[in-house]
Amino acid sequence: MTTRIVELRRGILKKNDELAAALRASYTAAGVLVLNLVSSPGTGKTAFLERTLKELKARGLRVAALVGDLETDNDARRLASSGAPVRQINTHGICHLDAEMIGKHLDGWEGVSLAGLDYLFIENVGNLVCPSSYDLGEKIRVALLSVTEGEDKPLKYPTLFNSADAAVITKMDIAEPCGFDRETALRNINEIRPGIRIFETSAKTGAGMEEWLGYLAEEKIRRS
Amino acid sequence: MHELSIVTSIVETVTETLAALPDSSRGARVLEVRLRVGALASVIPESLEFCWGIVSDGTQLEGSRLVVNMLPVVVHCDSCGQDAELEGVQSFRCPKCGEPCSDMRQGRELEIDSIEIEDGEEKL
Repeated sequence: MTTRIVELRRGILKKNDELAAALRASYTAAGVLVLNLVSSPGTGKTAFLERTLKELKARGLRVAALVGDLETDNDARRLASSGAPVRQINTHGICHLDAEMIGKHLDGWEGVSLAGLDYLFIENVGNLVCPSSYDLGEKIRVALLSVTEGEDKPLKYPTLFNSADAAVITKMDIAEPCGFDRETALRNINEIRPGIRIFETSAKTGAGMEEWLGYLAEEKIRRS
Repeated sequence: MHELSIVTSIVETVTETLAALPDSSRGARVLEVRLRVGALASVIPESLEFCWGIVSDGTQLEGSRLVVNMLPVVVHCDSCGQDAELEGVQSFRCPKCGEPCSDMRQGRELEIDSIEIEDGEEKL
């Protein structure tokens, strides 16, 4: 009997990373800007996305969304009220979306081709831990945080906020009754991801949406 | 809690690696699997170890040890012009000068470093 060491140096999520790289290349070739929205359940991803889709459509832009949940197509139906094509991904117990699920749902999506889109939004499963490990090939990862969640969320879940390209604070219309400490929240986000763009929004009143839409327009030009 | 799918992926990768080895080593027994896991990889070592026995049972990896080497976050500080290791993941500032650092050089790793195997009798 002999024992020996075999070097592997292999990424555990290599398969996902390879699929994500292929997706990223197809997004780039099609000229579509893809965003991955990540937050806890209840942050208001769907309301924020619904408003975003409506506003972009009103500006004549071509948008679509994939939305992940463990079960139900409630969110897809809600988002479809924007008039944009929406496809639900049910993960049946899996706590995150992965690149394979995205690829499968982009294939054979009736009436939707990447080349016919300006923006594709992916609303991830509500979870602040696992989605951060899975690259979906997105150009921009957006971490959302609502005023009801506590200002220290970025410190509690540093991985997600550190891997984000932009941060969105939602439900700003109820910031005051919730006793939301804006300065602390902004400082905490910056502590984990120095220099990140932060948008303070309300899907209900539309506050902060102009700035957010302006950012989307800039990134579209810059990244595609 | 995606440790179960991560462990499943490790077992698959190691099994594929063994299958690709020269004939004499294919039936090798795995003694140890060593991982490199960054502090920001969103993976809890205890959860990996908990899943290890369950997933490796009945495979060539049955009875093997899982060794998780945790790697601290390393950032590059533009002001100091040097890499610096962070003590935790609560503040992305240079520990020497206190400047915010967004240029991360280490901390997201999630990889199989190496495996230790025991070749079968036929190799002798």
